Amino acid sequence: MLADRDRIFTNLYGQGDWRLAGARQRGDWGGTAAILARGRDALIDEAKASGLRGRGGAGFPTGVKWSFMPKKSDGRPSYLVINADESEPGTCKDRDILRNDPHKLLEGALIAGFAMGAVAAYIYIRGEFYNEAMRLEAAVKECYEAGLLGRNAAGSGYDFDVFVHRGAGAYICGEETGLLESLEGKKGMPRLKPPFPAAVGLYGCPTTVNNVETIAMVPEIMRRGAAWFSALGRPRNSGTKLFCISGHVEKPCNVEEEMGIPLRELIEKHAGGVRGGWDNLLAVIPGGSSVPVIPRAICDTVLMDFDSLKDVQSGLGTAAVIVMDRSTDIIRAIARLSRFYKHESCGQCTPCREGTGWLMRVMNRFVEGRADIEEIDTLDKVTRQIEGHTICALGDAAAWPVQGLIRHFRPVIEERITAFRQRSVRMAAD
Amino acid sequence: MVKLSVDGIEIEVPNGTSVLQAAELAGKEIPRFCYHERLSVAGNCRMCLVEVDKVPKPVASCAWPVANGMVVKTDSPMVRNGRRGVMEFLLINHPLDCPICDQGGECDLQDESMGYGWDRSRFREPKRAVREKDFGPLVKTVMTRCIHCTRCIRFLAEVAGVPQLGATGRGEDMEIDTHIKLALSSELSGNIIDLCPVGALTSKPYAFIARSWELARVDSIDVLDAVGTNISVDSRGPEVLRVLPRINDEVNEEWLADKSRFAIDGLKHRRLDRPWIRRNSKLVPASWDDAFHVIAARLKGLSGEKIGAIAGDLADAESMLALKDLMTALGSRNLDCRQDGARLDASRRDFYLLNTTIAGIEQADAVLILGADPRREAPVLNARIRKRWVAGNFPVGLIGPAVDLTYHAELLGDGPASLARLLAGEHPFAAKLRAAKRPMLILGEAALARADGAAVLAAAWRLAAEFGMLRPDWHGFNVLHTAAARVGALDLGFVPGAGAKDFSAMRAGAVDLLWLLGADEFDAARIPPAVFVVYQGHHGDRGAARADVILPGAAYTEKHGTYVNTEGRAQRGRLAVYPPGEAREDWRILRAFSAVVGHSLPYDDLESLRRRLAAVHPAFARIGSLGAPGCADPTGPAGDPAAVLPTPFSYPIANYYQTDPISRASPTMARCTETFSPRLAQAAE
Repeated sequence: MLADRDRIFTNLYGQGDWRLAGARQRGDWGGTAAILARGRDALIDEAKASGLRGRGGAGFPTGVKWSFMPKKSDGRPSYLVINADESEPGTCKDRDILRNDPHKLLEGALIAGFAMGAVAAYIYIRGEFYNEAMRLEAAVKECYEAGLLGRNAAGSGYDFDVFVHRGAGAYICGEETGLLESLEGKKGMPRLKPPFPAAVGLYGCPTTVNNVETIAMVPEIMRRGAAWFSALGRPRNSGTKLFCISGHVEKPCNVEEEMGIPLRELIEKHAGGVRGGWDNLLAVIPGGSSVPVIPRAICDTVLMDFDSLKDVQSGLGTAAVIVMDRSTDIIRAIARLSRFYKHESCGQCTPCREGTGWLMRVMNRFVEGRADIEEIDTLDKVTRQIEGHTICALGDAAAWPVQGLIRHFRPVIEERITAFRQRSVRMAAD
Repeated sequence: MVKLSVDGIEIEVPNGTSVLQAAELAGKEIPRFCYHERLSVAGNCRMCLVEVDKVPKPVASCAWPVANGMVVKTDSPMVRNGRRGVMEFLLINHPLDCPICDQGGECDLQDESMGYGWDRSRFREPKRAVREKDFGPLVKTVMTRCIHCTRCIRFLAEVAGVPQLGATGRGEDMEIDTHIKLALSSELSGNIIDLCPVGALTSKPYAFIARSWELARVDSIDVLDAVGTNISVDSRGPEVLRVLPRINDEVNEEWLADKSRFAIDGLKHRRLDRPWIRRNSKLVPASWDDAFHVIAARLKGLSGEKIGAIAGDLADAESMLALKDLMTALGSRNLDCRQDGARLDASRRDFYLLNTTIAGIEQADAVLILGADPRREAPVLNARIRKRWVAGNFPVGLIGPAVDLTYHAELLGDGPASLARLLAGEHPFAAKLRAAKRPMLILGEAALARADGAAVLAAAWRLAAEFGMLRPDWHGFNVLHTAAARVGALDLGFVPGAGAKDFSAMRAGAVDLLWLLGADEFDAARIPPAVFVVYQGHHGDRGAARADVILPGAAYTEKHGTYVNTEGRAQRGRLAVYPPGEAREDWRILRAFSAVVGHSLPYDDLESLRRRLAAVHPAFARIGSLGAPGCADPTGPAGDPAAVLPTPFSYPIANYYQTDPISRASPTMARCTETFSPRLAQAAE
């Protein structure tokens, strides 16, 4: 279990003051100028050494990502864009950072922005997060008033601005290039890559898009050093992580834990265990709605980090742990996710536009059992026709939950289909 | 240059080439729906997937840049499966109504489904249906067929510069629509029909008329503006059913203006299909012999000075030369082709050509437009100006009434007086022109059709000379014509000889016999009653209404003819269908008549007539190409640049959709007029 002294998000539950004064007491904005004085390269090396991987879901090494930014400007400014469009079902970690620890994010924005040579950070915040946006804006205002942002930010001699932009509540605007399009005032449709944002990003300028949690972790890593951070967790999966535990647990919660904590320990220590006990567990979606579901047998032993979950054909994603006990209609649960992806597909490219609707409709029939057994294979093939053929990862995200369902719960679907058939035969006979 | 291998074929391509282009260079065909050479890359259809070494997933080749040593496979199992998957997705919600679809037989989706489609569907759900949209009188929509490639959106936004289409809704509810229920008001809107890879956008007037395999195709040249757009004419039996653009990068790229595409139903209305003679102030049907003899009788005893001829805007060079030769034989030098009275100077070719050339616009780095509205006068050429403007660093100045050209034009004044201010450097635009390395100037023909036309021409030339537009390596002086026949007529010298009567004198009654070769663009009713008017043409328009004898000629789709476009490029139109009834090809009518009056013209077939054409002007000897570029002699045309009047310029085209006898007879063009300029609507038949 993570020791309290290793905790980064010390006001995750909002028990302390979220404003600048409170944040300063917790150590935020302490020695920021000195951190910046170490220089860009030192900060990027520190980030690389810490082993910090992006907390938005894909888990790309943060320091490496920063190093893609141009070292010298060709005349264009560089930007840091912070993705606060937290919309992944089951996930609510960024929201708590935004409302209870906004200064961690803002300090991180300055440090990360400086490390990548950005002139400004744009924080794209989900439209529904109204109160969070108000707090964030208030925090930005405090920072400007205290000289922590703007000209000579935090007395570092570096000029850095932060802008808060509210989205309008589209899941696809959380995809990094869809977010950039939306930020530019266009329809939120992901861009083709290459060119990658580090070459051509926001307004055609070099841009790095980072998740809120990633950026908010940066100041603490820089203060305590990469060695401290990388000592936590497992190799290549270092540090701490915010887990959002929801569903059929006694006490759903957000909690910061060490990477690589066993799933069972996470649920039992922090969420009061599965409703009705561990034996009542059916399955867990370990990383937000996009990742494949894992059945109880895997949950018994799996560790919660990028590589362990990948080894069991799932993923850490946003670390939103959705727990389902035996009362769950697992087909219906996954069908609901298919509906979500069908609704959120931007419609730009063919496999996702046409495929998500197809998945949803077949899944809806599976819920009733109104289907043929062969259709299970057909559905599996359809998901593979979507996966990897689209512009962005939403196609993959729509495919994976269905693939997970078929992989682990095929007998449940078959049973449902058979039952439906028997029922209709009986009804026809009556 | 980058070296890569495509299916084992080693090729070298320029940097920045896409994998799709490289594959094409290697002779590999890549299926595509959204990708189009002349539009931005969207990468959304996912049909062009290929396998690239070291990339785990198949990539969209249209959007993937080549790299040195790249190994591309365009036909691996991964590629085939990927494309099959995409094809299945495209088809699940497609209505598969090919038997009743106008795109059937020339549909990209149909073609590619032969390679990547399956013979049955695994899709058991209800198909999506999408409500039709109203895009106006030209473009028909069957949106259920749409595969969301967004070519139409990109064309209108990028090429036409009229961003009226967009996608609303998300996911499978995405629909292509005009956001506020507008008819598409671009003069190039018909091109989205060609661009649409499926039957979602089809031609409204052509709906359910024919199947593509029933049509006979003939390559020809459009005559409804002076661009000389390369077209193919599709006909079935005696009817022209469709006109489509042909690719010619030097002229029209692959675009066609709406009037040229859709006015063809005018070829079936108000046609002159037999000779007519006016008896007791009424036109009565007659035979060719009678008609010829009535004219011959009127000619008897008339001296050449009392005979005149006016060539119209759609006339082919062959018939104009035959008419000129006939007039010469009759002793007349009263010829004119400038029905608008434009003071075009025919003494030197570069005084009346678009010397920069259409493709040359892309090399220019500043343009000044004088009294021209290229958007309506030459929509395809305007798209070229816009293309250059989109590329950046291209200041556009406009002298004339404010008008939306689809790109930003700095308004410098409304009349010729602004020329002097520009020359004096009083306007900041003068500095931009002076800084330009290849500046150009486009002078509208209407700016010359004024009392001070000669002065405007001289002033424009002087401005061009002053701003370094007239150099041996660069000719930036341009006249934008509106009539397809005009440059050819000027090349042939179809202008009054020394001391002879010009257009306005002839119209005012200075001749006793006036021969109108398809001349309809002036108020013929005002010709004094004493003048005997012969109208030779194909439509019962203004000229025919005034005629004493009507000789039925052939429209441009019904004859072999040569037309010289505004850049001076001679191009050949070809016969697609025969003229209706007793109508004949125009040069043959003139040849036959010349025998009746005892002055047989010295050519009996098209070849010998064309040999004579080439002898009269070298332009007719180099079909399809242009003469030497550059300005050899900066001496200007006669005329006093200072004699310009303060009157503002005006544009010649008030209603783009009705500008000539064919479009005035077209029901489709009448519908367009009602839609887009209801106040100008004239009743069509």
